[in-house]
Amino acid sequence: MSRVRRERWIGFLIVLPSIILIAIFVYGFIAWTGLVSLSKWDGVEPNYSWAGLETYKQLFTQIGGVTAKRFSIDLWNTLFFTLLFLLFCVGVGLLLAILLDQKIKGEGIFRTIYLFPMSLSFVVTGVVWQWIFAPGTADYPRGINALLHQLGLDVLRWKWYTDTSSIGPFHLALIPVIIAAAWQLTGYTMAMYLAGLRGIPEELREAARVDGATEFSIYRHIILPMLQPITFSALIVLGHISLKIFDLVYTMTGKGTGFVTDVPGIFMFEATFQGNHYSLGAAISIVMLIVVALVIVPYLVYTFRREVEL
Amino acid sequence: MRARTVPSADRHPLSLFLNRIDPSRIAIYLLLILFALLFLLPVYVLLVSSFKTFAEVQDLSRMWSLPTGFNLESFHAAWYGIPEKGLRGLSNNLLNSLYLTIPATLISSILGSLNGYIFSKWKFPGANVIFPLMLFGMFIPYQSTLIPLTQTLSAIGLGGTLWGLILVHIIYGIPITTLIFRNYYAEVPNDLVEAAGIDGAGILGIYWRVLFPLSLPGFVVVIIWQFTNIWNEFLFAVTILQNPALQPITVALRNLSGSQIKEWNMVMAGTLISALPTLLIYILMGRFFIRGLLAGSVKG
Repeated sequence: MSRVRRERWIGFLIVLPSIILIAIFVYGFIAWTGLVSLSKWDGVEPNYSWAGLETYKQLFTQIGGVTAKRFSIDLWNTLFFTLLFLLFCVGVGLLLAILLDQKIKGEGIFRTIYLFPMSLSFVVTGVVWQWIFAPGTADYPRGINALLHQLGLDVLRWKWYTDTSSIGPFHLALIPVIIAAAWQLTGYTMAMYLAGLRGIPEELREAARVDGATEFSIYRHIILPMLQPITFSALIVLGHISLKIFDLVYTMTGKGTGFVTDVPGIFMFEATFQGNHYSLGAAISIVMLIVVALVIVPYLVYTFRREVEL
Repeated sequence: MRARTVPSADRHPLSLFLNRIDPSRIAIYLLLILFALLFLLPVYVLLVSSFKTFAEVQDLSRMWSLPTGFNLESFHAAWYGIPEKGLRGLSNNLLNSLYLTIPATLISSILGSLNGYIFSKWKFPGANVIFPLMLFGMFIPYQSTLIPLTQTLSAIGLGGTLWGLILVHIIYGIPITTLIFRNYYAEVPNDLVEAAGIDGAGILGIYWRVLFPLSLPGFVVVIIWQFTNIWNEFLFAVTILQNPALQPITVALRNLSGSQIKEWNMVMAGTLISALPTLLIYILMGRFFIRGLLAGSVKG
């Protein structure tokens, strides 16, 4: 065996334990969870007798009563949460990055302020925003409502995350939770966009200015198109976070009255570890996995295929 | 647009100053300041609430007002608890978080460094397939591993222990630490590696003599990233550790705020305490924190 081949073999042995651990704890456990979701395990003691797709049917049809209703509400909530959250993060993040890119005095301070929530736990965010958006009662307003009352803006008082109204299938009670999530993660898109803007050579803008382009049209026609790959990455990374969100919602509001702020992550946790409905919890988590994989797998394939080509 | 001409006829200092002000610049600064205030709003609430006394914080109409004095009662309560009301303090849980986060961070960083070295400089056949398969592990909803995980940890005697949680964080930290180091080492010229190889160094010798000494910035990024993530993590911790005496601070904080508590000054002080370690790291080493952040989006 040549020396290089021997060295390569040693290299493989170095990463082998990690590969085995990931194979077991990621892929093995997913398969195991899949098995549980197809079983009749509904209680403290494991029960692997075969139930087929019974639990999934329960989740997706009206047969399961409350279960079925809750899961379809959860999926709509996830969709609404994800759409609005992405809109916030991309919109505000891009705006802040463009503003910061105007040769701002004290840029470092602003950047630090917009980004610090990223270093916090979702639990911390949840606790603080729960306190801020707690509505109180008509006579004793709390949080934002108390502030609005002091400012004489009582018309704007609202029940925030305890509201039960909806537009179509979209529950408005989610909006305060989405604001909290966007508060935490907008800094991420801002940092990505700012890094992207800094990568665009100044000569490009200068050339456009010489050609008589206005600042606005430089952004519209030159800079924004160049930021598209960043938007794509940000949507994937933030989108998959929001599709599997748990800690923030669990801390801030829980499932809410009539599941107005419920998400699959909370349903899974409560079904499995508080209700001992293991097959149900497993089925919910497999659906979550499939949804996230639909977003992430094409992204990974795309990224690595391009890398191999380069 | 940027070009400004100062009328030479008018040399009065005030009008010189006024002429230099560009309304669009003012609008930009105003917007930036407005957003900064919005971002700091929760910090304001945290600070004013945690310096209030229990009597003060109960008056909800004064929630947004400054505390009447610089009162540390709530920090005392958050740290030691209020035993007569059955409220646990967080001091113990803060220590648990440290016992959990420090070893898990160090071990997963070392593993990531070795893996990243192999995946960037010693690609074995199939490495280009195995690496993305590993990376997938950092995106999955961990809910899809929780049932087997709790079963397995119990079976190997680590159920409900801090060691079990440390192991979990090490394993699920492998993809991200490997990714960051792989991208980091990709920047190291292959010539350096080959030159060391010609000098007779083996695969581990090259790592130890060439790559490792260059790794300090990489380790700083990865350690900050892992420390922040593990410190802030909630799902694994709340699932694996039921014993309140063993729980890390995120779980204890959520239990405190989730109970029918009226001592909001205590909760806010507890929130500050649990946020402080990662916040300090961010403020002191923000540059490295951002690098980890950008590396997390796969391409680096």
